[in-house]
Amino acid sequence: MTLPLRVTPTLMFGSRRALRLIERNLYVYRRTWIVIVSGFFEPLFYLLSIGFGLGRLVGNVPGPGGTEIPYQLFIAPALLASSSMNGAITEATLNFFFKLKYQKTFDSILSTPLSVADIALGELGWALIRGALYTVGFLGVMVILSIGVSPWLLLTLPAALLISFAFGAVGMAATSFMRTWQDFDLIQLVVLPMFLFSGTFYPLDAYPDAFRIVVQLTPLYQGVDLLRSLAVGVVGPSAIVHVAYLTVMGIAGLVVVSRRLDKLLLK
Amino acid sequence: MSENPSTSLIHARGLTKRFGDFTAVDAIDFDVAPAEAFGFLGPNGAGKTSTMRMIGSVSPITDGTLTVLGLDPRINGPQIRARLGVVPQQDTLDTELTVRENLVLYGRYFGLSREECGRRADELLDFAQLTERQNDEVEPLSGGMKRRLTIARALINEPELLLLDEPTTGLDPQARHLLWDRLYRLKQRGVTLVLTTHYMDEAEQLCDRLVVMDKAKIVAEGSPRQLIERYSTKEVTELRFPADVQDSLDGKLDGLAERIERLADRVLLYADDGEAVAVAAHERGLKPETVLVRRSTLEDVFLRLTGRSLIE
Amino acid sequence: MAALSHVLEHRAVQYRRTFRSSVFSSFLSPVLFLTAMGLGLGGYVDRSGGAALGGLTYLQFLAPGLLAATVMQAAAFEATFPIIGGLNWQRTFHAMYATPLSPRDIALGNLVWMAIRLAMIATVFTVVIIAFGAAHSPLVVLGIPVAVLTGMAFGAPIAAYSATQRTPNKFNVIFRFGITPLFLFSGTFFPIESLPGFLQPVAWLSPLWHGVDLTRGLVLGTLGQNPVAMLAHVIVLTTIVAVSTWAAVRTIERRLVRG
Repeated sequence: MTLPLRVTPTLMFGSRRALRLIERNLYVYRRTWIVIVSGFFEPLFYLLSIGFGLGRLVGNVPGPGGTEIPYQLFIAPALLASSSMNGAITEATLNFFFKLKYQKTFDSILSTPLSVADIALGELGWALIRGALYTVGFLGVMVILSIGVSPWLLLTLPAALLISFAFGAVGMAATSFMRTWQDFDLIQLVVLPMFLFSGTFYPLDAYPDAFRIVVQLTPLYQGVDLLRSLAVGVVGPSAIVHVAYLTVMGIAGLVVVSRRLDKLLLK
Repeated sequence: MSENPSTSLIHARGLTKRFGDFTAVDAIDFDVAPAEAFGFLGPNGAGKTSTMRMIGSVSPITDGTLTVLGLDPRINGPQIRARLGVVPQQDTLDTELTVRENLVLYGRYFGLSREECGRRADELLDFAQLTERQNDEVEPLSGGMKRRLTIARALINEPELLLLDEPTTGLDPQARHLLWDRLYRLKQRGVTLVLTTHYMDEAEQLCDRLVVMDKAKIVAEGSPRQLIERYSTKEVTELRFPADVQDSLDGKLDGLAERIERLADRVLLYADDGEAVAVAAHERGLKPETVLVRRSTLEDVFLRLTGRSLIE
Repeated sequence: MAALSHVLEHRAVQYRRTFRSSVFSSFLSPVLFLTAMGLGLGGYVDRSGGAALGGLTYLQFLAPGLLAATVMQAAAFEATFPIIGGLNWQRTFHAMYATPLSPRDIALGNLVWMAIRLAMIATVFTVVIIAFGAAHSPLVVLGIPVAVLTGMAFGAPIAAYSATQRTPNKFNVIFRFGITPLFLFSGTFFPIESLPGFLQPVAWLSPLWHGVDLTRGLVLGTLGQNPVAMLAHVIVLTTIVAVSTWAAVRTIERRLVRG
């Protein structure tokens, strides 16, 4: 298959030059750092209000493996997964679209030695760095509030990055097809239901069987279940399935966006 | 220039506009007669836009008197605005509406009925040559079309006075000429035009009378021809020398012409007979790279009055 | 009056073009929240005993709160982009000013339109609440003006601030640290009694809390339980709206005159 061969050398070869894009983003965001810092607070607020405020009314719920866990422990990893998704999607859609259509940022960058794949990687890398910062912060909060101190917790950092990677890549791919700001509603149309129904706030036991199976096939559920298993310390073969799913999703997204950028920018 | 205030469409004495410590318009006097095309010519920052906004009754006067259409803007702002048409420097078109809707809805602000707005919109679309695009979005229109739409919109209330702030800035030559043609037709219909510009060709083409503004003051006024006759000679000879030669020209040019201006890249020799000057320069042994003999323009007038060029 | 109606007409024609996207934020989003949290999560809350909710199911508790909160978020949005766009990007407000309209007409017209939009959203959501079976009193229809009042208590002050801004940059901070925490901690998802003791009085500073408590009283017919508090809510919200409307007229006028 020529496809992986075409993509992989670029991924390995282009990656160093893609760092230049990350550098550029750092420059830009130096001045608007408050925007980045504030992104850390949203999942924290949700954790405090729904996890603790509402948690008092909910008590314990069934977690992975069937054991009952406190509501905070149930919801915290799910919030982490959602914020990894949301952070990546925001960067990969709104900001990416803005750069693509209006700032024509990429047009000028392409007259340098950077290639189209570099751009895709660089932008994604930037989204991941932001995601990593949020994740570390959130994990710190979880530890301080002593929500889940399983030894597997350390793996939640790379797992959260994997979620960001998967959604960031697919987000960029989707954005490369958009034409006007109105199209963004379609993204929200997909993201919001996922956020609400993927077992984030309550176990899937609440659903009838057929619907439960459908949800288990959706991307955010992979992330939610993966992080929750790690935080609770009940890790089984399903974790491998989740990792594989997200990895494939991310690579597919990267391939699509590289192709689309090729078409859009190198006319 | 002491026009009878009661016949002037716009009458200003000692008109001043200050923003805190900064004086944008410094005690200027002018009168605009009905059905004339009057221009404010000057570089950016001269105070033209501030003056226009005061005439347009959207910016309060700091000092002095201003009467527009016989009314005081301080008291009768809305009544004045009801009889004006305004074409601002930046297009203020509504990008969420179609071309036609921009006209119709604007007309409604003047209290016109929907049928009347529709009727006038059709006429104006024709006048602006936009009938084919009437149901299109505003965004994809070219700069020239957007400007024509803005002018059409400014006419929806059949104004007696049309204010245009830098109407052709940023447009290509074809668009500019089309616009000038439309404005000329309006003038023929009896609409009074007041415009600001920093393009001398625009001022010369459109204006019956103009004032030259620089640094918040009026430095000259009259018709374009009067200004050129008064402040410049009939012709100008432009000589361009290589950079090193340019610096060592002192003394060599004396007496060649009535007035001599040394610019960064060329020398301007003002005289009534440009050809004769060119010949005389050649006889003195001067060897310019290029020689251009042309008529004087308002640019030369401005250079004479302020020592600077209109376009920085 | 006529001038105001022209502004409304203008905004209405604009809305024809963009209403499809507002269907999502004003209708689908709250319905999804209500379904997931009210029904899905609600099952787990109710199972642990509804004593903390005064005998209500979680759905009944949540729905009115969500109504007020949805209207608040819509107001926050309507108070930023249309105003900044009208004064800086499209500059349509400046175009309006070149007509017989006064700056006051322009400011009030846009605020009234905001209230109309909020009323539309509140009406749709109230129908949804009734359809979900969470309404217990004919007074539920009064929830609509109350929700509008709550929304305007956010919309008007934000609009006053928007008129002083040329870009939406500062609004990120306002939304992240103002709107979102208010949305989460004003008794929408859980009673403020669940807040730590020292924070409970702070909830009274939240206009959303006033709106939520008032709406809940109307939807569930529990107004009579604490009429003084309800009256206080109305007074607080009305005062905020009145003062900030005056402020918004001032800032919009200042911006129009300045150019």
